[in-house]
Amino acid sequence: MNVSIVNGHVIDPANGIDQQLDVHIHGQQIAAVGSPPEGYEAQETIDASGLIVCPGLVDMAASLREPGPAAKGTLASETRAAAKGGITTLVCTPDTAPVIDTPAVIELIHRTARKLRRARVLTAAALTQGLDGQQLSNMAALKAAGCVALSNAREPLANTLVERRALEYAATFGMTVMLRPEDKHLRAGGCVHEGTVSTRLGLPGIPGAAETVAVARDLALAEHTGARVHFRALSSAGSTRMLREAQAAKLAVSADVAAHQLHLTEMDVEDFDANCHTSPPLRTLADRDALRQAVADGTIAAICSDHQPHEPDAKEAPYPETQPGISGLETLLALTLRLVDEGVLSLSEAIARVTCGPSDLLDLPYGRLTVGGTADICIFDPQAHWTLDVADMASEGQNTPFGGWEFRGVVTHTLFNGRLVYRR
Amino acid sequence: MASKRHHNIQLNEQGRLRHFLTIDGLSRDLLTQILDTAESFAALPGRPVKKVPALRGRIITNLFFENSTRTRTTFELAAKRLSADVLNFNVSVSATSKGETLLDTLRNIEAMHSEMFVVRHNQSGAAHFIARHAAPGVSVINAGDGRHAHPTQAMLDMFTIRKYKGDFTPLRVAIVGDILHSRVARSQILALNTLGVTEVRVVGPRTLIPTDARVLGVHVYHDLEQGLRDVDVVIMLRLQKERMAGALLPSEEEYYRLYGLTNERLAVAKPDAIVMHPGPMNRGVEMDSEVADGPRSVILQQVSYGIAVRMAVMSMCMQTHAETGEPA
Repeated sequence: MNVSIVNGHVIDPANGIDQQLDVHIHGQQIAAVGSPPEGYEAQETIDASGLIVCPGLVDMAASLREPGPAAKGTLASETRAAAKGGITTLVCTPDTAPVIDTPAVIELIHRTARKLRRARVLTAAALTQGLDGQQLSNMAALKAAGCVALSNAREPLANTLVERRALEYAATFGMTVMLRPEDKHLRAGGCVHEGTVSTRLGLPGIPGAAETVAVARDLALAEHTGARVHFRALSSAGSTRMLREAQAAKLAVSADVAAHQLHLTEMDVEDFDANCHTSPPLRTLADRDALRQAVADGTIAAICSDHQPHEPDAKEAPYPETQPGISGLETLLALTLRLVDEGVLSLSEAIARVTCGPSDLLDLPYGRLTVGGTADICIFDPQAHWTLDVADMASEGQNTPFGGWEFRGVVTHTLFNGRLVYRR
Repeated sequence: MASKRHHNIQLNEQGRLRHFLTIDGLSRDLLTQILDTAESFAALPGRPVKKVPALRGRIITNLFFENSTRTRTTFELAAKRLSADVLNFNVSVSATSKGETLLDTLRNIEAMHSEMFVVRHNQSGAAHFIARHAAPGVSVINAGDGRHAHPTQAMLDMFTIRKYKGDFTPLRVAIVGDILHSRVARSQILALNTLGVTEVRVVGPRTLIPTDARVLGVHVYHDLEQGLRDVDVVIMLRLQKERMAGALLPSEEEYYRLYGLTNERLAVAKPDAIVMHPGPMNRGVEMDSEVADGPRSVILQQVSYGIAVRMAVMSMCMQTHAETGEPA
C-alpha cells in the first residue's frame, strides 16, 4: 500500500533534513521524501499540517518482561505502549525470566514480537550465563540468533578477570558490550543517592563513586581489550567527565542516559515516593546538569526509556523494600522534548538522541527516513499540551513519578514498517 | 507541571497533629504543646489516680516489626493510663514470615477497629507508608523506622532537657557516636533545632557521620574533647556491635579510647552539663559506668518521662480525629 504523509515538517537528523516536506511510503519502505516518485499514487494520505514528522524512535534499553511475570508486562502490552510513545525499535534487556542467554529465548521474543507487528523488538543478550556474572554466555550462538549486543543488565560481574575475559571474547565477534557500571560493594544495599536526602531521611545511600569506580575500571578494560563498550544509564557527573576524556582519546566507548535522570533529582524522593526509586538512583542537581551537558555536546549520544514496568505491589512497601524502576516508554519523547523547551537541545538534536543516535551506536539502519529504508515514522504535534494520567497508560506498569505532569508535544501517529500502529 | 508536593501528612487542614511520624515539618509551637501536654501527665504518678479516661473505649495497636520490649512496654503503659485498650502484634515473628504483605497486615488489624497504630519497623519510611495507606480515622505513631526517625524518643529527650535546663535557646548540645545509623539522632537534631537551641554538634569518626551531615543543621566534630567543650547537654548514642563487622570501626577498644565518655573528658563541658543516653547502654563502650551512674547522668529520668510524652502524643492525635469528626 502507498501512504503519503503530507504538509508535515520533516525532521530527520541523520539526513540533515529540517523543513516542510511530504513523505511517501511504498509497502514497508520509504519511497521518497519531497516530491513523489514518478507514477506514485497514494492510496491513503495523512495530513500532517502543523505536525512534526520524524523517524520512529529507537529505544536502546527497555525491560519488556516476556518471558517472565505477566503482571509486570508482556510483549503485547509493552509494544502497545511503545507505539503510543512513537517508538518503533526497542532493544529488550536480557533480564527476562528465563534470562536471554540462549538462542531459544531470542527466537521466542523475536517471533512473538513479529506476530504482534507493533514495534521491532531487538535483543541484548546476557554477557554471562543466567546473568550470574561468572560463566561467559555462548556469545557466537547468541549473535547468530540475532542479538544486537551483550549486556550485564543490572547484575554485577564476579570480578575484573571475568570482565576482562567477557570483553575479550565479545570483541572476538565484534560485539558491543553494554555495561551498567556499578560497584556492588559500594552500592552496599543502598536505595537512594548518598547525599542530602539519604542523610535527612535515613535511607541507605549509594555514593556517586559506586558508578565512577566502575566506569574507571570498565574504561581501563575497554582500552586494554579493545572491546566496544557502551555504558548504560549513566547517573553521575563524574562519569560524564571520564567518558568525555576517553572519547577524546579515541576510545570506542559510548553511553546512554535514562530520560528521567535528565529531569528528576534526589529531592524528588522526599516523602519516600517509591515511584522515584530507580537504579541507578536519582542524584543531585549538579549531576543532572552534567548529564544534560553531556547529552547536549554529544558525549551521551542516546536518551533511552530505561523502561521497567512493575505491578502495583512492587511499589507498595516501605521505600527500601520497593523494586526500582520507572515505566518509561510513554514519556520518552515527552521528556526529551521538554529538554528543547528548557533550552538544553534544539529540536533536531533532541530527535537525534532518540532516533539515529542510539541506532548508530548499535550499527542499526533505523532511526532515519532514508529512501529505500524501512518506513518507521513518528508524527507528533509539537504544540499540543497533555497531562499524563497513569490510568490511561498502555503499559502494564503504571509506575511513574510523572503522573499529573503537563507535557508539550504528543504523538499523533506511529507507523511501523509502513503500517499505522498507533493513532491518537 | 502539576506539583506532587502535598502538605505534611502528619497534620490536618488546621495544622493539628493527626499522625506523629517525624519531627520534620512540625513547628516550635506544636513541639512545645507536646511538651506542655506531657507535663500535665507527668504529674500523675504522684497522685492516687493513675489513669485518665481520655481514650476510654479506644483501641490502640502496637504493631512491632522489630523486637523492642522496652519501647513497646512504655507505649503500652501510656495507652493504658489513657484508659485505652491495647493490642500487641509482633509481626516479625508472625505474618510477614508467611508471605503476608505489610498492607495485608494493616487491613487485617484495621478490621478490628483499631484507631491508632504504634509502628516500629526496620525500614526507613515504613511509618509514612502505613500512614499513607491507613483508613481516614486511623492515627499512626512512629515508634522507630529504620534509620529515619524516632520522634517520641526525641520528644522525651526534649522533655528531659527542659526539666533540667528550662529554656532551650542558650543551649549547646553534643550528640556523640553513630549518627549515620541513628534514627534517634536524626529526630533529636530536628527537635533541638526547631526548639531553637544555640548549637547542635555531632561527634564521631567520619565512618559514622553522614556525608552531608551539615544539611541537618549541625556542626561536625571528630575530636571528642573539642566537641564537648562548653556544652550544656551530652547525648551518647548506642554503638551496635555489627559496626565493627561492617568495617566502620576497627574495635570497641579503639572506639572507647577515642569516643567513650569518662569523667575526665566530661570536665571540658559546662559544670552543670547533663548526660543522656537513649538506651540500652553499652557500659565501657560508649560510656564509663562512673559517668552513667554519676550525678550528671539523667538516663533513668529519661525512661520515666517517656510514658508521659507518649501519652501526650497519643491523646493529641486522637483528639484531632475526634474534633474533625472523621469516622474511626
